[in-house]
Amino acid sequence: MAVPFYVSPDQIMQDKAEYARKGIAKGRSIVAVEYAEGLLLMAENPSASLNKISEIYDRIAFAGVGKYSEFENLRKAGIRYADLKGYSYSRQDVTTKSLANAYSETIGTIFTRDPKPLEVEILVVEVGETPSQNEMYHVSFDGTITDRRQFAVIGGQADRIRTYLQEHYRTDLSLAEALALSRRSLLAGYERPPVEESALEVGLLERGRVGRKFYRMTQTEAARAIRPLTMDHEHL
Amino acid sequence: MPLFAGSYDGASFFELLRHDFPHLLPFQQLHNVPQFATGECRLMETVPLATTVLALRFADGVVIAGDRQATEGFEVSSRRIEKVYKADDYSVIAMAGAAGPCLEMIKLFQVEMEHYHKIEGETLALDGKANKLAQMVKQNLPAAFQGLIVIPIFAGYDLRLQQGRIFKYDVTGGRYEELQFYATGSGGKEARSTLKKFFKAAMSREAALALALEALVDAADVDVGTSGPDLIRGIYPVVKTVTCHGVTDVSEDEIRPLSERLIAALQG
Repeated sequence: MAVPFYVSPDQIMQDKAEYARKGIAKGRSIVAVEYAEGLLLMAENPSASLNKISEIYDRIAFAGVGKYSEFENLRKAGIRYADLKGYSYSRQDVTTKSLANAYSETIGTIFTRDPKPLEVEILVVEVGETPSQNEMYHVSFDGTITDRRQFAVIGGQADRIRTYLQEHYRTDLSLAEALALSRRSLLAGYERPPVEESALEVGLLERGRVGRKFYRMTQTEAARAIRPLTMDHEHL
Repeated sequence: MPLFAGSYDGASFFELLRHDFPHLLPFQQLHNVPQFATGECRLMETVPLATTVLALRFADGVVIAGDRQATEGFEVSSRRIEKVYKADDYSVIAMAGAAGPCLEMIKLFQVEMEHYHKIEGETLALDGKANKLAQMVKQNLPAAFQGLIVIPIFAGYDLRLQQGRIFKYDVTGGRYEELQFYATGSGGKEARSTLKKFFKAAMSREAALALALEALVDAADVDVGTSGPDLIRGIYPVVKTVTCHGVTDVSEDEIRPLSERLIAALQG
């Protein structure tokens, strides 16, 4: 009988983590930023139809980086989870905390059990009735869940972008300021700034909106709202 | 997966429930209950019934309205029930029949619209919505045989055709488009007579609102199951409009004076 090769669990986990990190590093980053009137999610995305940012429920949005088919499946599963819970209990019973935990459990189980880990990192964010009730959860490829405040970053260039935001973020930003800050932070992710700016995907959770709080800015809307501001900043 | 236990992988919430969670569907599985098989128990007399609802087209879209009474046999079961709901940004739904299943089906239909929008990133065409509702009504047929009838009116603004549209249904899930108006429920016939007599193409919003209320008052005048505007308790019909700007609730401040005028005319 052939004896299977012994590989230490340490080694297996390390290999899996490295594999997942490599996959995620290929994609551009996404930032989530709290501003006075809500929460903003921004991604560089040349495609207008393959979204990285999406609505999950009344106050909850989702963003994913990495392998599209994998975070798309997670996104749909999240919507099913939320709609099913809201339908069988009530709309107030759909909480971001439990959704983020379910994501964490699912992604973590796949990481330990399956031969191939998910090459994804996701953000699950909620706009609260007051700014202090906002919630942001970051779930990484191995299911590790972290609670964030003020801003959150996922994707390959996360470290550089996070450093930029730590230096420049302040509370009570206006929407225009938050858009400009997010744009600049994404640019800070590059070692060398790109010659041509890529199209932006922007999703907002607006506290003042009636009913479902999610609003997707069109690419033109986003470009129009951001361009003059970034230019101003360059002049300063 | 703790996230989602089912195996359905499409964009319809209704199909998701059918596939993985049938116990959450609004349809009653009555064939297992022996009392119904023998006809000993007649549900119609023991559950609240929601009565008259109507819809009519006007220049900018559709007006939809419903009275506020639910009836249980010879008793008033509720004076404040609502039978007209926003389905999504550009459509509304109203129901007549057994109140419980009606309200549950409306809720399911609302979630269906929202779920599809979130999963697919686009909204269904108005025809698509009307068809989906037909499939839900069809699922209720076994319960309808036992008296738990659910009859919706569905209306919306078709952004492609740029006009308001009204759909009526029968218990088998048959779906028919009405070009002018429709009314259903216990006072439906009476309301239809009024609508038929005074309906004009491309009416103003004000004229359409007045006609909708008049039809409800006439229905309440003849049908004991339908309530007119209740001036004493301050309960008025629920009225909504759908236009290219979306669904709007008509405020009580606008309905109250119209209702008072109609009641005054009855005193004549």
